[in-house]
Amino acid sequence: MTPARLLPEGRQVWRVGRTSLVISPRLVTITVVLLVVGAALGVAAMAIGTLRLSFAEVVAAVVDTSGNAQHDRVVRGLRLPRVITALSAGAALGISGAIFQSVSRNALGSPDVIGFTTGAATGAIVQIIVFQAEALQVSLGAVAGGLLTAIVVYMLSRRGGVTGGYRLILIGIGVSAVLGAVNGLLLVTGDLNQVYTASLWLSGSLDARTWTHALPVAVGVLVLVPLVLPLARRASLIEMGDDIAQQLGVRVERTRVLLMLAAVALAGLATGAAGPIAFVALAAPQLVVRLTGWRRMPVVSAAAMGGCLLILADTVTRLLPITAAVPIGRITGIVGGLYLIWMLTRAKQV
Amino acid sequence: MTSPPALEAARLTLAYESRQVAHDLDVSIPDGAVTVILGPNACGKSTLLRALARLLRPRTGQVLLHGQDVQRLAPKELARRLGLLPQSSVAPAGITVADLVGRGRFPHQRMLQQWSHEDEEAVARALAATGVAELADRTVEELSGGQRQRVWIALILAQETPVLLLDEPTTYLDISHQLEVLELCRRLNRDQGRTVVLVLHDLNQAARYADHLVVLHDGAVAATGAPETVLTEQLLHDVFRLKARVVTDPVFGTPLVIPIAARNTAAA
Repeated sequence: MTPARLLPEGRQVWRVGRTSLVISPRLVTITVVLLVVGAALGVAAMAIGTLRLSFAEVVAAVVDTSGNAQHDRVVRGLRLPRVITALSAGAALGISGAIFQSVSRNALGSPDVIGFTTGAATGAIVQIIVFQAEALQVSLGAVAGGLLTAIVVYMLSRRGGVTGGYRLILIGIGVSAVLGAVNGLLLVTGDLNQVYTASLWLSGSLDARTWTHALPVAVGVLVLVPLVLPLARRASLIEMGDDIAQQLGVRVERTRVLLMLAAVALAGLATGAAGPIAFVALAAPQLVVRLTGWRRMPVVSAAAMGGCLLILADTVTRLLPITAAVPIGRITGIVGGLYLIWMLTRAKQV
Repeated sequence: MTSPPALEAARLTLAYESRQVAHDLDVSIPDGAVTVILGPNACGKSTLLRALARLLRPRTGQVLLHGQDVQRLAPKELARRLGLLPQSSVAPAGITVADLVGRGRFPHQRMLQQWSHEDEEAVARALAATGVAELADRTVEELSGGQRQRVWIALILAQETPVLLLDEPTTYLDISHQLEVLELCRRLNRDQGRTVVLVLHDLNQAARYADHLVVLHDGAVAATGAPETVLTEQLLHDVFRLKARVVTDPVFGTPLVIPIAARNTAAA
């Protein structure tokens, strides 16, 4: 028997001395392509607008002062923060979705389905309506709201020291319903100006993003990716069942709690930066798994796919021949709903 | 006794949430033998197995693996010394046989040692021993129930642990596949000297394949020892609520249980 057959198709081992790494060239290629596409879409998004710029002008303004003060101001002050917010929030949602789908062993396990996005929205609305807060506090409120929701859902779905897959999703949906009602209630109690701000926020938007929006989520992604990445193998073992993973030497519940904390933080940061965005967390991990054939929890690839999806959705939305500004969250919501229906009708079991 | 036991549980109290399964349970698993755990439904067989493999933390008491408290071993260290096949595990969608079996190597791997030559050889041996080497490239979903069960056993074998615990490995298998799995367990013991512990339901299969029997009843050991001494008509009556005859198997010479009636139906 040739030993090479023991590795699944398309996988290679790199060995140097005692060190050995399993690599999927296909995964690496697709991830690199996605990163390049994301960067290209970012540049394209910075070129369009009232002031049309060429790609070269955009790049010049980003990497170095282009010598044109107006270009610098428009690109660095206005368009770059928007693009960074879109890419980072998309990436955060992609990873968050990948983690929740792995933990719940279900393609429906994404933060927008199991209530964390709604909880983050509650946190943000409370900040806007009750405290009349600024952008940064609203983001923090969203993170706190997401985290609190996660703790409640986790405690409720925990039984005998273990968090079950279906329980997590069903309880998440229940908590989400309650929080959705609370959000609606908050919207009818505030004064008109704040209610307007809040409902605008609830639509999810990338308009008028500043560095205050962009930085927290960008830093969050950069910090959490290296923390999540080493847990991906363990997560894939846990997908086979708690007992089999534990007998293989995985600290199951600890791994799961760490992963969920990271996922909730990422979803909260993304929601804080761009408002509730549907679909990206749900679809990005599924799409990369289909593309790469990699049977392990995707991290970097899911992040790249999430970034691409969100910036693409934003750019397409801006190019639509509609006079009113269409909020990105509504567009992803429509696309996400259709995707969900398609997935449910195709699923063998839900 | 020749050598000290492979596994020794002393004064175990086992419980889930509020339901207590066993109290003050003492069990000893001989080293280098095939031990079968028998008992009626809900008597605590799987719970005991989970406690032996540290999947369930006992309320009181301790489990010693070759004299060492399992609670004190690092998770991967324990996983290199003891493997457990749980009753139900889920194969990830689209995973191939080789990929699944390869996951059994996790306790031997590290972040920068993801696939050593030893890993490769261990997986090859596990696939060969379970007779699924031909299926290495197939996805687990397209296999029959019997093949699938052998693939899961291969995963545990790839772990290369001296002690193997298998929780009802013959469930859902037809009779010839059941025998195949039991023969495999016997070979692992006879040829490789591994300690094998099985939870089984079939009394006659237990009698034929076990060197040592442990019969559980209501969370306590009702009898333990060689099948010939343990499987008596009285025990079947007391533990399994079964009116039965025990004769000598004409082919193998092991005890053969002929069930006559459930005890409370008072027939025959």
